[in-house]
Amino acid sequence: MPVLHAKPQAPTDDKRWKIVETRMRRMGDRPAALIEALHAAQEAFGYLDTDALNYVGDTLGVPHSRVYGVATFYSFFTLKPQGEHTCVVCTGTACYINGAKDILSGLEKALHVKPRQTTADNKISVLTARCVGSCSLAPAVIIDGEVKGKVKVDDLVAQLEAM
Amino acid sequence: MPAAARPTHRRATIETADGQPRASAYVCEAASCMSAQSHDITLRLGERIAALGMTDVTIKRVGCLGLCAAGPLVEIAETAELFERVKPDDVEGIVKALKKVKPTDTRRPQGPFFEKQLRVVTENMGRIDPESLDDYVGRGGYEALKRVLSDMTSTEVRDVITRSGLRGRGGAGYPVGLKWTTVAKAEGTQKYVVCNADEGDPGAFMDRSVLESDPFRVLEGMTIAAFAVHANEGYIYCRAEYPLAVSRLRTAIRLAQRAGLLGTGIADTNFNFDIQIRLGAGAFVCGEETALIASIEGRRGTPRPRPPYPAVQGLWDQPTLLNNVESYANVPTILNKGADWYSEFGIGKSKGTKVFALAGRIVNTGLIEVPMGTTLREIVFDIGGGIVDGRPFKAVQTGGPSGGCIPAQFLDMAVSYESLIEVGSFMGSGGLIVMDDTSCMVDVAKYFMDFCREESCGKCVPCRVGTTELYMILDLISRGEATLDDLAQLERLAGIIQKMSLCGLGQGAPNPIFSTLRYFRDEYMAHIVDRTCPAGVCTITAPEVMA
Repeated sequence: MPVLHAKPQAPTDDKRWKIVETRMRRMGDRPAALIEALHAAQEAFGYLDTDALNYVGDTLGVPHSRVYGVATFYSFFTLKPQGEHTCVVCTGTACYINGAKDILSGLEKALHVKPRQTTADNKISVLTARCVGSCSLAPAVIIDGEVKGKVKVDDLVAQLEAM
Repeated sequence: MPAAARPTHRRATIETADGQPRASAYVCEAASCMSAQSHDITLRLGERIAALGMTDVTIKRVGCLGLCAAGPLVEIAETAELFERVKPDDVEGIVKALKKVKPTDTRRPQGPFFEKQLRVVTENMGRIDPESLDDYVGRGGYEALKRVLSDMTSTEVRDVITRSGLRGRGGAGYPVGLKWTTVAKAEGTQKYVVCNADEGDPGAFMDRSVLESDPFRVLEGMTIAAFAVHANEGYIYCRAEYPLAVSRLRTAIRLAQRAGLLGTGIADTNFNFDIQIRLGAGAFVCGEETALIASIEGRRGTPRPRPPYPAVQGLWDQPTLLNNVESYANVPTILNKGADWYSEFGIGKSKGTKVFALAGRIVNTGLIEVPMGTTLREIVFDIGGGIVDGRPFKAVQTGGPSGGCIPAQFLDMAVSYESLIEVGSFMGSGGLIVMDDTSCMVDVAKYFMDFCREESCGKCVPCRVGTTELYMILDLISRGEATLDDLAQLERLAGIIQKMSLCGLGQGAPNPIFSTLRYFRDEYMAHIVDRTCPAGVCTITAPEVMA
């Protein structure tokens, strides 16, 4: 018999917690739902803060340490809030041999950000991805969810600076 | 990540005598063309033919048409006329071509890229709407499953798969029939069927294309597998980086459930099987089967030693059948056309066809399917159209981070599981990255080692520490600061890591080093002895050169 305990309260009365709660309940509030729950929380809030991790752990009966372990193991999860805009540079093999390295160094020079950093004015976060599957458009970047193919460094910098 | 577009176009009713359209335009809406705004083309075409009152024409969203390099693609289905790099202004031209289609028209040859291929797994790609069960059934879908459930025993099904010679398409090439038999015979009342759609190899997009273009085929294959191994629960573990594939899979599962082809009492028999999707979260190691299982269970995706193999003790310690997307996608066709038909294709112990993703410095980037035993030259030059800008071919990289680089001298080699291992590479899931003289092989080896170093799960020491050490030596070499002793240390360490690592990630990690050293040792020597990078890729920082 599973131990019956009162369901923990969501950290705030933000309605987005309902989405997370529903996703967990659909999977029976079991520990196996951990990764799905973290996906739900990140989709809703953009990142995972300590409150979110603890809430998910308490609901599913997973120790906080293990929740933190899982959240940090998978690179898709981020524990820090992102900038206003995100620019994901694909570093898959096809993009790499077509110049992804130059794009990253170009961004570093112009915006002073390395991958996984956000500009000082909190405008743009630069991320990298292991192949977004747009190999035919190499080198590709994804700006706020929209794929841009055959990218040239100067155009990209100009576009980001105009944001 | 691009949000998966919801279907917003509706197919107009066709007003011809037999209800069949006189002409149809197929617009590719797989990820690559979608990212080049092909969905806008679909909408615009729909608006245009509605405005012109062309009621005998249909505009259909289809899966991958294959030639991703020239996307967005639109094909006139009746004549096989292909419009490449379609821009919104090109819609008028397509409408004009649609007007001209006559009932007597037949599909004309489409050039070597298409004609040299043999489509088994990809037979419905670019032909059906991936979110329409009717389309799939219209092309013979679910016939195999219905026949299996009504006329065959599970032993007979396993026997057909065994005789077909189908081997795991995820890379290692383990005989599929044998695995099915092991799971079927394993003790346990609860068994699982799991589909590995965690296609992590950079430069590989076969599974994504299959899922985006023909998701029902994978569901049907898994359901047949479940019948053959007596399982009633299934999971598809798919990368979160493939939002479109996930969304189409969810739609397909819902439609199949509604049509009684998934769930309780499938096709009016007493067989039950249901499938759930689990999202990966960006860990390459989760493509390894025991790590994948850990991830489905909601834990960190770290592998464990085998045996026990998942076939005996897998998901929640129950017997679990684990195959990849392409393996399951082969199953319906094998059952429809027979084991003998399938095993006629191929070479030696590698039967059937293989889907490859062509990428890199190649003209026809895209998705192809060829019989096993096709030569690399045919793939790269006839189908792939050769190298971009007419530059010289240098190497083709197969097998992702666990694979190797194959130089020009092996271009006439027939591709099979065995021949690739012989030349120091690996089939892998099927990504083929073509390189020309603008790629430095030391840099390529360094790139893959950087990948393995970051993706190492950290459980076993040889992989966790070793890949970082190898990366540091490769970095020294690429900067022109290494000595010949470093090179010797690189080789020694690579050998240790290959032998001592727990799972395929670590065991395969040194492969790019071995294969580049085997065929391109002169480039390593140029970096170390002459302190130059022949391809001009690496930044040499050695002090004596700087001075």
